[in-house]
Amino acid sequence: MKTSPFVAQPMPLQTVMLKVVTALVPGILLAVWAFGIGVLVQIALAVAVALATEAACLKLRGYPVKPFLLDGSAVVTACLLALSIPPLGPWWLAVLGTAVAIGLAKHMYGGLGQNTFNPAMIGFAVLIVSFPAQMSRWAAPLALAQPDLGALAQIAYIFTGHLPLAFDAVASATPLDAVRTGLLQHLTLADIFKAPLFGVAQQWIAAGYLVGGLYLWQQKVIRWRLPLAFLGGLGLTALVFWLVDSEHYASPLFHLFSGGAMLGAFFIITDPVTAPTTPLGQLIFAALAGLLAYLIRTLGGYPDGVAFAVLILNIVGPFIDQYTQPAVFGRKKKGAKA
Amino acid sequence: MISKQEANVIIQNSIWKQNAGVVQILGMCPVLVMSSNIVNGVSLGLATSLVMLISGAAIASMRQFVPNEIRTPIFILIIAALVTVVDLLMNSYMHGLYVVLGIFIPLITTNCIVLARAEAFASKNGVAQSALDGFFMGIGLTGVLAVLGALRELIGKGTLLSGIDLLFGPAAKSWVIYVVPAEQHYQFLLAILPPGAFIGLGFLIAGKMALDRRAEARARAQTAKAEIQAA
Repeated sequence: MKTSPFVAQPMPLQTVMLKVVTALVPGILLAVWAFGIGVLVQIALAVAVALATEAACLKLRGYPVKPFLLDGSAVVTACLLALSIPPLGPWWLAVLGTAVAIGLAKHMYGGLGQNTFNPAMIGFAVLIVSFPAQMSRWAAPLALAQPDLGALAQIAYIFTGHLPLAFDAVASATPLDAVRTGLLQHLTLADIFKAPLFGVAQQWIAAGYLVGGLYLWQQKVIRWRLPLAFLGGLGLTALVFWLVDSEHYASPLFHLFSGGAMLGAFFIITDPVTAPTTPLGQLIFAALAGLLAYLIRTLGGYPDGVAFAVLILNIVGPFIDQYTQPAVFGRKKKGAKA
Repeated sequence: MISKQEANVIIQNSIWKQNAGVVQILGMCPVLVMSSNIVNGVSLGLATSLVMLISGAAIASMRQFVPNEIRTPIFILIIAALVTVVDLLMNSYMHGLYVVLGIFIPLITTNCIVLARAEAFASKNGVAQSALDGFFMGIGLTGVLAVLGALRELIGKGTLLSGIDLLFGPAAKSWVIYVVPAEQHYQFLLAILPPGAFIGLGFLIAGKMALDRRAEARARAQTAKAEIQAA
């Protein structure tokens, strides 16, 4: 029989990371179904580079390589980044992005647990700022691609940039992009949504992330506050715009299920290192990130706003934490200030 | 009026020990903006050096007559007058470059490093020392601008010395070095954009510290060895 004190053991980091990767599986499978084997190639590339960079950085910094390498945090970063880049993007996108994410955003700030910014999102931001053309060239979902690009051809395309003769291009706009360009051409949303692009691929992938996210919540890897506040902030802002002018602003549901919204809500904003730790702070942080993500993706020039919104909020994270300290037990709220 | 040893100390101090760009971290605004390539960086650095050379001498020569309470406005007036001279000279003799550097030439007036040296050095030292200090402070800054400019240009566009024709006329266009062949359209925008300046400068500061630390360790090892031999 055990005796007191009954201290709850924190979940080992390795278990947490394993669960996060498990939770990504439905989304990954759906992405493979929609875009083909390219998704897996990008993930494999990113994971390999992440582990190599992590090992090199640990060695340079004089840390033991093996325990840190096996904690799985680099793998999670790599997966998140690989899922945010186009499945048929050239191989060096994943390589460069992951190297920057692990080397610059993680180890230069002091390694695991010390980074101010979400490494995967730094990698993504560097890529989209530097290579906007390659990063917005998303492949058409397979259901739309006529004729189908085989698995080998996809891999060859990623590594060489050459397509089989029958193809001119395999790119298509993402739903968010299509809405933006459509609106610039003075089409109404109703017209834009008639195009075959608005099949179900992106929405299904987002649903896959949602399922994975709920699993993480059920496993107590993440709490409800960050994802719910993020989706709430994004959804409510979208709702306001949509109610004012539904001709030009897509519905909240469209925004919740497109781009990086679901991935961001459950896998990126919930990063325990870069998010605030106080309950109220988490709500403020995530809701503001949702609001910003909406504003950047609708009014800004980049394809999606989730990454930039998260990075901007990362900067103010510690500030939010400082002003939302809960009262020390037994004291009145006022005493807890400062 | 100035011994060789004294001059050496001043030069070493200005260029390495108290380097304006990577140690004092002064004058960041032009450093970050104008270091997108070597030509811009070096030109602005040299213009700043020239201003600092003359302002150092001018301020040191009249330092006894400047009332302490209003020394800052007086220093600024002297610096502003000198900057205006440089501004007009560049406008007439290097107009292409003048257009590229734009507002950052008049802004040399407000560059912290110029006033900082006037305040910290020229107002307390002789004319020759101050001129030397000002000029080599500027050269130290120019060095940082050159290295940072080269890094950003090389990583961002794969070229070196682009824009050199602004200095030496259209004939100099062929001097541009294409490290990556021009027809590949290589571009890594991040290095050219403002974040590249911050990240690059961070690496330079870290690199300088690493070099210093290594030199220190080597010196310590040598003294230890000498002590052992002496014993």
